[in-house]
Amino acid sequence: MSDPIIKFDKVVKRFGNFTVLNELDFEVGTGEKVTIIGPSGSGKSTVLRILMTLENINEGVVYVGGEPLWHERKNGALIPASEAHLRKMREQLGMVFQQFNLFPHMTVRRNLTEAPVRVLGLSKSEARNRADELLEMVGLTDQADKFPNQLSGGQQQRVGIARALAMRPKVMLFDEPTSALDPELVGEVLNVIRRLATEHDLTMLLVTHEMQFARQVSDRVCFFDKGRIVEQGVPDQLFTNPREERTREFLKAVLESEA
Amino acid sequence: MEWTSYLPPLLEGAWVTVQLAVYSTVLGAVFAFAAGIGKLSHNRLISGISVVYIEVFRGTSLLVQLFWLYFALPVAGQIIGIDLRLPPVVAGILALALNIGAYGAEVVRGAIQAVSRSQREAARALNFTPRQTLRWILIPQALPEMMPTFGNLAIQNLKDTALVSLISLGDLAFRAEQIRNFTQDSTTIYTIVLFMYFGMALVLTAMMKLLERSVGRWRTAGT
Ligand SMILES: Nc1ncnc2c1ncn2[C@@H]1O[C@H](COP(=O)(O)OP(=O)(O)O)[C@@H](O)[C@H]1O
Ligand SMILES: [Mg+2]
Repeated sequence: MSDPIIKFDKVVKRFGNFTVLNELDFEVGTGEKVTIIGPSGSGKSTVLRILMTLENINEGVVYVGGEPLWHERKNGALIPASEAHLRKMREQLGMVFQQFNLFPHMTVRRNLTEAPVRVLGLSKSEARNRADELLEMVGLTDQADKFPNQLSGGQQQRVGIARALAMRPKVMLFDEPTSALDPELVGEVLNVIRRLATEHDLTMLLVTHEMQFARQVSDRVCFFDKGRIVEQGVPDQLFTNPREERTREFLKAVLESEA
Repeated sequence: MEWTSYLPPLLEGAWVTVQLAVYSTVLGAVFAFAAGIGKLSHNRLISGISVVYIEVFRGTSLLVQLFWLYFALPVAGQIIGIDLRLPPVVAGILALALNIGAYGAEVVRGAIQAVSRSQREAARALNFTPRQTLRWILIPQALPEMMPTFGNLAIQNLKDTALVSLISLGDLAFRAEQIRNFTQDSTTIYTIVLFMYFGMALVLTAMMKLLERSVGRWRTAGT
C-alpha cells in the first residue's frame, strides 16, 4: 500500500463514559476506495465525523496526508489543533451526509458556488463554470435554478455529492449516502458514486449497507463492530469467505433483511 | 366645529407617529440583531453586555425607560459634566427602539439557534468560518422564522408610540389630546384616532407580510 493518506493511530473516542472508538488503528491509502460496513452504533459515522473535524478525539492521533489532524506539532510535541490548523486540514476533505444537508435557502447552483466563492475565493464565473461542470456530471444541469425542496431525494443527494466535489477535496467521505432514499432512487446516486470511484483518483471512504455496491467499487472492505475493525480485506474474500464468525453473522443478517 | 376640521392636525400627528414607528422599528431591528447575535458570542464581554441590555429593557416598563432617557439622563450627564439632553423625538425613538430591540433580540437568538445542527455541520465541512456560517447559512434560514414575531413586535411598537406624547412629542395621541382639551369633543376625536391607528396597523401588517414572503421565498418554492 502507498503512503496512507488517512491514518488512525490508537484513536479513542468517548461520549461521556461510553467509548465509541477503542484504540482504533485504521489506514486508507492514497486513491484507495474503502468501504466500512457494520451494525448500527458501531462507530462508522464517528470515524467519518472525526475526519471531517465535526467530532474531536480523546486519545491517539489521526493523520491526514501525514499531518496530524486534531493536533499541531510544536517543538516536537503534539498540542491540540487550533481552528486555523483545522481549517487548513479541512481543505483536503469533503463529506456527503446521509440527510444531504443541502442549504435549503439557496438554489442548486448556489449550493455549489457558495463555498468555492466565499471560502476558496474563486470568482463568480469560475465558480459557476465549476458548478455547471459538476451538475452535468451528476446529471442535474436542468435543475440548477431550483431549490432543494423542489428535488427528489436522489437528486438532492447528487447535489450533495457535487457540492462536496466543488471544493476539490482529496478525500471524499460518504456517510450512508443512500440510506435516506426511497429504494427506487438509490440506483441513480450509486451510479454517480460508482463513476467517481472508477474515473477519478480520489480517495474514497464510504459507509454503506449496499453490500452489492460495496463489492463492486471498493478496493477494501472493513467490518466494524463496537468501535473496532473486526475484519478487513478485499471485497471478494470478505463477502464470500469471511474469517470471523461475527462478520459471517452480520452478512447473513443483512442478506436476509434484503431478501 | 366640523369633524373635518380636526383632520389636518390629526394627520400631522399621524405623520409623526408613522415616523416614530418606522425609525424606532428599524433601529430596534438593528439592536435586536446586535444583541441577539451578541448573546450567542463566545466573547464573554459581548455576550454579557447583550444579556444585561436584554434583561434590563425587558424587565422595566417603556414608560420608565422613556422618562429615564428624557428626564434622568440629562441630570446624570450634568453630574459628570456631559450634555446628555436629548430632543424629545430622539428620546422617543431611542426608548422605543431599545425596548423593541430587547424583545427582538430573544427572537433573533432563538431563531438562529433553531437552525438545525446539520446545517452548521454542512457549513463546517465546506470550511466556512463561523462568521460566514452565521451570515450566509444561519441568518437567512432564521429570518423567516423571526418574521411573524417581528410583525407582532412592530404592531406593539406602533401602539406604544402613543406613550411618547407624555414627553410632549406632537404625535397622533398628543394632537388628539390637544384638540380634545380645546373642543371637549371626545367621541368624535377618539373615534377618528382609533381608525387612524387601526389603518396604520393594517398597512404595517401588510408590509410585514410582504417582507415575510420575500425572505422566505425558498420555503414555498415548488409547493
Ligand atoms: N453526539 C453523541 N453523543 C452521545 N453519543 C453519541 C453521539 N454520537 C454518536 N453517539 C453514539 O456513539 C455510537 C456510535 O455512533 P455512530 O458512529 O453514529 O454509529 P454508526 O454510524 O456505526 O451507526 C452510538 O452508540 C451512538 O449512540
Ligand atoms: Mg451512522
